[in-house]
This record gives sequence, structure tokens and C-alpha cells, in this order.
Amino acid sequence: MFNFEKEFLSDLNKEVKTGTTVMAVTFKGGVIIAADSRTSSGSYAVNRVTDKLTPVHDQIYCLRSGSAADTQIISSYVSYYTNMFSIEEGSKPTVKKAAHMFREFLYQNKQYLHAAIICAGWDPIEGGSVYSLPLGGSIVKQPFATGGSGSTYLYGYCDMNFKENMTEEEAEKFVTYGITEAIARDGGSGGIVRKAIIDKNGVRRKTVYGNKLKKFWEK
Amino acid sequence: MSGIGTGYDLYPTTFSPDGRIFQVEYAHKAVENSSTAIGLCCKDGVVFGVEKIILSKMLVEGTNRRVFSVGEHIGIATAGLTADGRRIVQNARQEAKNYENFTSDIIPIHVLTERLSIYVQVFTLYNYIRPFGCSLMIGSYDEEKGPSLYCIEPDSVALGFYGCAIGKGKQEAKTEISKLKLSEMTCKDAVKEIAKILIKTVHDETKEKEMELEMSWVCKETKGKHKLVPKKLIEEAVEWVKGQENEED
Repeated sequence: MFNFEKEFLSDLNKEVKTGTTVMAVTFKGGVIIAADSRTSSGSYAVNRVTDKLTPVHDQIYCLRSGSAADTQIISSYVSYYTNMFSIEEGSKPTVKKAAHMFREFLYQNKQYLHAAIICAGWDPIEGGSVYSLPLGGSIVKQPFATGGSGSTYLYGYCDMNFKENMTEEEAEKFVTYGITEAIARDGGSGGIVRKAIIDKNGVRRKTVYGNKLKKFWEK
Repeated sequence: MSGIGTGYDLYPTTFSPDGRIFQVEYAHKAVENSSTAIGLCCKDGVVFGVEKIILSKMLVEGTNRRVFSVGEHIGIATAGLTADGRRIVQNARQEAKNYENFTSDIIPIHVLTERLSIYVQVFTLYNYIRPFGCSLMIGSYDEEKGPSLYCIEPDSVALGFYGCAIGKGKQEAKTEISKLKLSEMTCKDAVKEIAKILIKTVHDETKEKEMELEMSWVCKETKGKHKLVPKKLIEEAVEWVKGQENEED
């Protein structure tokens, strides 16, 4: 029997996930973060122009992958606490502090959450830093990090092309090509490439639209 | 017995007609009954000294502490009801640990002071719990910010000091402290000066029994960790004070 709901609407009731590819890379003077722009619910793209670069504080951002609801609520909690602490202490929070707050939330509530976060930013003490917080609630400081379903296609690319202390141009190319490739290969990632460059002067946001993405090998 | 606050002094929930809360003022009196504690902010750290009256020869020295560590980098000296002081220190330790767990950073001293101040203030609001009968001096040393010293009184007012004294002999002690050049003094010198103030100015040998000196510091030399001043240094300071007395005679 033909069931209209089953055939056409089943996707709409699936949980909204950020299929995603996200990357964060330290370079000489700061960090660059980049992400694709697809939020999917099954095979329906709920949002094809999503902004996954979420500000936590002035110069601290987080990249969200996993359940959209989980990551949104946690990043707003951390944003709340970093703001409260910075007022109490009279100084801006370090990326380490924000990352460890993420860790507390992710670890203490691990049974209920499906969330992985990359916390990246610039502070005067460490300069640019990237912290990776995968599914279980662990925290690792890394020179660069990738996340989301599309990141699996980037391990080889990153290992071969990453260098410590890149210039801003080199780092920007590194992430743009990375996200482009992941969008090409991963069904859960798509749309445009959103980038943000965070250094001592603040945050500069850039976007690369779909038709401007470099085409690598494809038939 | 009628006194100044008769009728308005039963509970902290009653203001007097001239705007005072007598229960909190009586809590101050409890602090003034206790022996003196001094804190000095020197150029390379903070030093605490407490005059401990030895009530009995059976008491083991070094126990019955009046100076406590919170985290590794903050020291708290108390005057007043010691048990009340210990309760607040317990709360301070919780705050410090929670902050560290949540943010992976050690708690800054001004944040801890404000939180303790808020905690103490809560006990001045209700009629079924009494205010704390103790004052605290909180001190810490940071490589970048330098030394910091705060004092919280039973009314929860927290002020930053260069030098502070609480307890019975605080007036005389404060007079002596104001004569010192704190910004040029090192912690080692401060140990001697505090010993001098406590032994000579504050402690009355005719009226009271013997005293024990409990001193601690957080300074450059201890690398920002709060520790008891080594016994040897205290003994040297006491010798120095005795030497000063002989000179003056």
C-alpha cells in the first residue's frame, strides 16, 4: 500500500544533524577556522547556507558537529559562562578556559549528548590555539583539527600538506581546499565554504561561494 | 541588661532607627576578643603572622592553626571564632576547586574574595542563622600582578590592603604598620617586622600567658605557593626582636 507519509515525509522527522566538515588550523599569528554549510535531516538539506562558525567570545569560536540541538545549547552555555567569568575577572578568557568548559559539559552529560566540538581562537597568552573535543568528552590541544562526517576524507590531505607556522595565505588555502574536497566527496557536506581568521586584531570572516570552489579531479 | 541596641539587636533582620544592624556589629566584637593577626603586602609577596596565646602547656605547638591554604596559591588568616573561620575556609576551598575543575585555571584572588564576601553576606540576612564571628585576611602572589591582600569582615565588606591587622590589638598594630615602607620591604624583612609588632607592641606579657607565633607567606621565593614560614626564620626573627629590646634598654 502506498503510504504518503512514509514515502515522502520520513526524512523530515529524522533528527537534524550537522553532517558537516569543519577544520581549524593554527598559523603564525592566529588561527583559521572553516566549515561547509549543509545541515541535513536524513537526505533533506534543512539549511544549505548554515553558519557553523559559532562565536563563544570576542576572539574564541567553536565549530560544531553532531546533533545541531546539542551543540547549539552547549555553545550558548559556554558563551554565557565565558562572558560571566570575564566580567568577574576583568580580563578576557583564554581559549584553554573556554575549551575546558566545553569539556565539562560534554563529559558530564555524555550519556545524553551526541556532540563534537572544535574550540579555536586567539588569546594573548598562547596566541592561536585549537582544541579538539570529540564525542566522548575528552580534550586534546592540537596544531590543527578536523571534524564532522567529511573529515574522514581529509586525513591524508591534512597529514601531507600541513606545516607548522604557515603564513596566513598558506593557511587559508589549506583550509579552503580541504573543505572543498570534503564537500565534493562527502554527502553530508555541501554548500559554501565559510571561513574566519582570528588573530590579535580580531575576527575577519570570509565566504567562498559554490561556483568559485576549485574543482579538483572529477569526471 | 540594657545596652545601646536594646530592642533592635535581637535578630539580623531588624534595622535600628539609625540604620545599623546590631547583630552584625556584635559579630565584630567577637573578632575583637580574639588575638591579633597581621598581613603585610611586600614587594615580592604577602606575609601573615598570628599571635597565638598558649592556653595550656599540654597543647601541641603547630596545631590549632589560624592560617590556612586555599588551593596552592592563596593563604587565609583568621581572627575571631576559629570554628567560623574554618567554615569559611572550607567554602573557599570548594570554590577554588570548582573553579579549577570547570575552567582548568587557578582561581584569581579577587574572584575568590568576592565570592567569599557574597557567602558571608548571606548570613547577615536571616534570623535563623547568625553572622560569622570572624574576619579573614586573604593573600596571594602572582608573577604578573604582584602581591594582593584582602580583608573580609563579618559584615562582608571586602577591602584591598597594603597592610592589615585584625583582632584585639589591631589598632596598635595598624599604627606600627603605617610606619613601615611596605613597597620596599622584602618578605624576609616582613617576617621580622611582624614578629616585632606581635611580640612587643601587641602582646602584653603581664596580662597574658605565653604566645606562639604562627607565620606563613606566599611570595616569589615560594614560587607563588602558600607555605608556612620555615621555623628557623621565625626563631631568627624572635632572636632579632629580643636583640632590639636589649638595644633600646
